[in-house]
Amino acid sequence: MADESYPEDLKYHPEHDWARIEGQEATFGITWYAQDTLGEVVFFDPPAVGTTVTKDQSYAEVESVKAVSDVFAPLSGEITAVNETLSDSPDRINQDAYGEGWMVRVALSDPSEVEDLLDVGAYRELLANDN
Amino acid sequence: MVGSPRLAPATDTLRRTALFERHQAAGARLVPFAGWEMPVQYEGIRSEHLSVRTGAGVFDVSHMGQIETSGPDAEGFLQHLLSNDVTKIAPAGAQYSVLCRPDGGVLDDLFTYRLTDRFLTVTNAAGHERDMAWFTEHAEGYDVTLRDCAADYAMLALQGPGARTVLHQLTEAGEPPARMRVAAARVAGVDCMVCGTGYTGEDGVELLTRPEGAPQIWDALVAEGVSPVGLGARDTLRLEVCFHLYGNDLSEDRNPIEAGLGWACKPDTGFVGAEALRGLDPPERLAPFVFTGDGIPRPGNPVLLDGAPGGVVTSGTLSPSLGIGVGMAYVAKDVAAAPGTPITVDVRGKLRDAEIRAKPLYKKEED
Repeated sequence: MADESYPEDLKYHPEHDWARIEGQEATFGITWYAQDTLGEVVFFDPPAVGTTVTKDQSYAEVESVKAVSDVFAPLSGEITAVNETLSDSPDRINQDAYGEGWMVRVALSDPSEVEDLLDVGAYRELLANDN
Repeated sequence: MVGSPRLAPATDTLRRTALFERHQAAGARLVPFAGWEMPVQYEGIRSEHLSVRTGAGVFDVSHMGQIETSGPDAEGFLQHLLSNDVTKIAPAGAQYSVLCRPDGGVLDDLFTYRLTDRFLTVTNAAGHERDMAWFTEHAEGYDVTLRDCAADYAMLALQGPGARTVLHQLTEAGEPPARMRVAAARVAGVDCMVCGTGYTGEDGVELLTRPEGAPQIWDALVAEGVSPVGLGARDTLRLEVCFHLYGNDLSEDRNPIEAGLGWACKPDTGFVGAEALRGLDPPERLAPFVFTGDGIPRPGNPVLLDGAPGGVVTSGTLSPSLGIGVGMAYVAKDVAAAPGTPITVDVRGKLRDAEIRAKPLYKKEED
């Protein structure tokens, strides 16, 4: 597994999801902490392109051998792309959580929601307080 | 994303085994399990699983309990409680049985060893106190001495095709016992009871020793290249070979006949529950199955037969050996008896294709 990291350019949701915001669109995934807690990801059940996702609600599931976890949307919008490679190689979520382990790309319906997300400093603080 | 509730943080009320510090040092993820703080995984469930299938792995199973039965009526007493025929346990032999309520509901599943002057029964951690109380309640009229000796033992399982070779290197005298046999031996300088038993479908042994000696054995095994293996892989290993897990596949609401444990029940011995089980032909049976497409079955998932409710999954996981979803479910008797029958499993709203299989789901390649 990759070393612990939390890129500066991402926004974070307290349920350990990240969003890379590019104008009216964003890419979502789960953080290093999330994948580490889960262990080896063996199954990613992707949503369909065109599905509407709602901030703070589950849009997909990831499974380790032992457990199932919901993946929560950090922002609202409509899915424009899903990372199909995760079906065959869900371990990319462990290996490269912020790169090849991305999950979906979303056309944002309310970009102002970004203001609710945490920057890297606030997210690291949340992790420190949780542990 | 949220972590599963099963990965909830440990609390300070949990008990720790003699090997707790070894687990921490090995980078284990420690989780609450039946009142104990136990390693669920070290490197990862899949690699640990495969190390047991191809080499040798060591598990700390010190959370399991032990009850000692001695005295003139020891055999007769155990014959009264345990479902199997206790008189058939050879000297220094072992036997699997279940503990039943009078109505046949299963209280626990157990291994019993016949030692020179006593019997030792190994219990599941979650059931140990209840088992001890059950033994004590039923002891009236028998000249037996019962002792809860769970605190006297640490228990390590050394499992895998390489287990015996490693054990032999660390044992001062004698061959490791055959399957279902127990022998005293000094392993890595520590006195042990070496039992030819396990829960993985591989060759191997279980070692019972005093807790203070356990770290020395653990260190010696790890120095020989044996992989530490957590409870996560213990579950996937046992499920691939269709061994029951109490609390999942066995419960007070199920009897051993429907659980497929009729072979361990000998009603003619008159054990508690025997009358309820005699001639019983329950409508459902526990059957193994595999997913033929995507998905991972989990306990509690409903089973559908031709679109209608047809049972429930009691154990499910991704099989590290087979690379597919596998599980066991209670389904109609005729379905369970027909490997190849297609079934559908409702995994949190998604319908997944599956097929009934015969036991075991994983079989070692013959060479």
